[in-house]
Amino acid sequence: MLALIPLFPFAGFLVNSTMGKRLSKSVSGGLASLVMLASFAVAAVSVWQLAGMEPAQRAVEQTLYTWIASGDFSVDVAFRLDPLSAVMLLVVTGIGSLIHIYSTAYMHDEVDSEFARYFSYLNLFAAFMLVLVLGSSFPVMFIGWEGVGLCSYLLIGFWFKKKSAADAGKKAFVVNRIGDYAFILGMLALFAQFGTLDIQAIAGRVAAMPVEAGFGILSVSTLLLFIGATGKSAQIPLYTWLPDAMEGPTPVSALIHAATMVTAGVYMIGRNAVLFSHAPETMLIVAVIGAATALMAGTIGLVQNDIKRVLAYSTVSQLGLMFLAMGVGAFGAGIFHLYTHAFFKALLFLGSGAVIHALHGEQDIRNMGGLKQYLPITYWTFVIGSLALAGFPGLAGFFSKDELLFETFAEGHTFLWVIGALTSLLTATYMGRLVFLTFWGERRHAAPAAGQAHAAHGAHDDHKHSTGGHGAPHSAHLHDAPPAMAFALIVLAIGSVLAGYIGVPHALGGHNQLATWLAPSFSAPAVAGAAEAVAEAQAGAEGAEAAGEEALELTLMAVSSGIAVAGIAIAFFIWVMRKELAAGLAASFGPLYRLLLNKYYVDELYDASVVRPLGVVSREGLWRGVDVGVIDGAVNGVGAIVDAGAATLRRLQTGSIRAYASSLFMGVVLVLGYYLWR
Amino acid sequence: MSIGHYLVLSGLLFSIGAAGVFLRRNLITLLLSVEIMLNAVNLSFVAFGRYNGDVTGQIITFFVMTVAAAEAAVGLALVIALFRHRESLNPDAFTSLKW
Amino acid sequence: MGFDQLLFFAFAGVSVLGSLVVIGQRNPIYSVLALILSFFGLSGLYVLLEAPFVAVVQIIIYAGAIMVLFLFVVMLLNVPREGESEWDKAHPYFRPWPLRIGAVLSVLMVVELVWALSRTSGLNVGVAEQRPGVSSVAELGRVLFTDYMFAFEVTSILILIAMVGAVSLAKKRES
Repeated sequence: MLALIPLFPFAGFLVNSTMGKRLSKSVSGGLASLVMLASFAVAAVSVWQLAGMEPAQRAVEQTLYTWIASGDFSVDVAFRLDPLSAVMLLVVTGIGSLIHIYSTAYMHDEVDSEFARYFSYLNLFAAFMLVLVLGSSFPVMFIGWEGVGLCSYLLIGFWFKKKSAADAGKKAFVVNRIGDYAFILGMLALFAQFGTLDIQAIAGRVAAMPVEAGFGILSVSTLLLFIGATGKSAQIPLYTWLPDAMEGPTPVSALIHAATMVTAGVYMIGRNAVLFSHAPETMLIVAVIGAATALMAGTIGLVQNDIKRVLAYSTVSQLGLMFLAMGVGAFGAGIFHLYTHAFFKALLFLGSGAVIHALHGEQDIRNMGGLKQYLPITYWTFVIGSLALAGFPGLAGFFSKDELLFETFAEGHTFLWVIGALTSLLTATYMGRLVFLTFWGERRHAAPAAGQAHAAHGAHDDHKHSTGGHGAPHSAHLHDAPPAMAFALIVLAIGSVLAGYIGVPHALGGHNQLATWLAPSFSAPAVAGAAEAVAEAQAGAEGAEAAGEEALELTLMAVSSGIAVAGIAIAFFIWVMRKELAAGLAASFGPLYRLLLNKYYVDELYDASVVRPLGVVSREGLWRGVDVGVIDGAVNGVGAIVDAGAATLRRLQTGSIRAYASSLFMGVVLVLGYYLWR
Repeated sequence: MSIGHYLVLSGLLFSIGAAGVFLRRNLITLLLSVEIMLNAVNLSFVAFGRYNGDVTGQIITFFVMTVAAAEAAVGLALVIALFRHRESLNPDAFTSLKW
Repeated sequence: MGFDQLLFFAFAGVSVLGSLVVIGQRNPIYSVLALILSFFGLSGLYVLLEAPFVAVVQIIIYAGAIMVLFLFVVMLLNVPREGESEWDKAHPYFRPWPLRIGAVLSVLMVVELVWALSRTSGLNVGVAEQRPGVSSVAELGRVLFTDYMFAFEVTSILILIAMVGAVSLAKKRES
């Protein structure tokens, strides 16, 4: 039954890719959404059944067939449903279904064949993502890992006739590939060490080993796996593809680059919690990189002018926080934040899509403003999403972010906590800025001329916005989101509010059901161990309260709330009350502003240090040198040698009979002489 | 006479014929030299046949003669055709197959 | 010297002399005639080797048919003396190297043959001490038509082919 979950979207892909041209939009779009809903239904039923089992035994495995059987090594294509994959499963299928429904309205202007192509890719992506989530061994997970990378490329470059989109797709794929290379090396290292690639088997063996001190095989292999995760989940150093990925259609950004694919890295670490727990060096690296990425992306997002780019950098930043959580050992908190983030980030992206749709392609927030009275549904859902992201008390983001920061502090990483708090401040600020500039105030129009007049800080605009918004229609013609889109927005908004309540910490009187649910997934698979872990989680959860930790948690909670409110207040101050302050700040901190606007020039750095040298080596060295010079030279050389040899040999054909006869005779004499000699 | 004498004679005749192939600038004489060589071989066959005491040598001789006759006929036909073409029987005159 | 030996040297001398004349003579008619003489010598040698039938066949076929054919062709083409044809006068150069090499090779050939023979034993057995030769024509015919039947038949096809070839090669093309 588990196999049905990825199979439904895959079937949708097959239908839409082969027959899509001949199907009408409602059929292809409806089919695609339907298979996603079917998948969601099966997932829900499976999870329900799982919930009915004993906590210590919550695991369902379904083996489809043996894929590789070579000597001692064997890999089965097998799916495993346990508490962790259950959460991911519901997120992927649920939010995926909503986005499919949204897309039927958003992509409505496309030609039938393009529409079907879009949905076929989207379904294929869902199928691969589900394989990734359900895979019970590294190779199967890797199939999903690679597959979602492929679909990301296909979808980012969906409008491939536009050069920037095609380039962005290529960039995403290549950068992902670098990460995948590290992932493969990590797999090989694990295989060399353990002789198997089944996740549960490895976890069992690792649990029996002591925690590694220093840099041993566990640290190396987990580090390699983490590098793969940085590629997939856009962390330093392989994050540069995500902002460019905004070239793709907005629902794609919502699904792939907010809710699901980019969270694959976090999921992978959660899956291998036992393995990572035994490699503290790697965990530290993970936490540090996560925090650094979060802060850096937050600073960049503060000054971006494209609505989707702000959200893209925000995603990178929040992923950084998730990795921070995983790195300090708070696996449950990281997954909790992943789950809530999926809701509100998808909501924000879809909301921005509604804005873009209403403005017929305008994406620059400097050309927006005053939209709240014309797009009420969009506005209110967007606000809910922003507040959730900022960590406003009572909404989903508050609980998950708070738990994450609390665990960081409680584990003793005070400095990292500070960075996390700073990031939260930045998050609240830039989200406030985004809301105020987009929806409040008066509509601003003459953007291109005005934008270039702000030469001081506009010189290096890095976003690519489609040129559809200049002769903008009058405000009176703006229409709010059509029903399909509105439906998705509203459902996600409700989720952003309520989703956090399954993880209410004990300090506030809740039972943190999510942590309890997830605990067995993060411990060794031995039955006894799982039972212990569950008991421990509950005991720990209750017991922590006893020792003054409750007070600490409440204090930190208050601090987080304060930060969120403060950030929104700052944004309000700068961008609503004293609008000229923004320009003034930008001018007075000119170089800093340019640095942020240009994303710390990281892309240019990579280009100069990696891309160009590779280009030179390939073109001059390998192509001119090896291919043309050596290989062609050898092949042509053979021909030339034969030619020269023939030219010399043909002079034997003198045409004189007597010469031929004499050579014959000479042969006879020689042979005779030879035999006589012997 | 011992067989050795006959064999020496045969070898001598063969060499004379071989020399003739190179020394003569006339196609007819060339063919004649080839005939001399064939006869030398015939002689040695018969000599060996006598030495072994059976008729095989003589029989082979018949076949050699037959083949020589056929070869002479065809060769002369070629000479006639060539002569018509070039009005000369000098082998050096026919060098169209030169590189 | 026995009578046999005398005859041997006589016939041998005739053969060799005739051959030498063939290759030394410029006039092709003289060459042909000298070759006929050489064949007579050979024929005598065959008789000495107790193969009378072969001797007669040699005269009839070789000297009688093949050489006559040569003579026909020489007279038909009115072959001039060597070096006096139009082409020869127009191209007085001649290639020395095949000549020299050929001469050297011939000498080498003789040397090798003598050398080979000198290393062979049992060559000094005289004719009289050898097994008796078979000179009966009946015996010849019997072996030819039983053991060598196939070769006999194939040779007849060979002659047919040669005949066809010769006719088609020498035919005048209708221009």
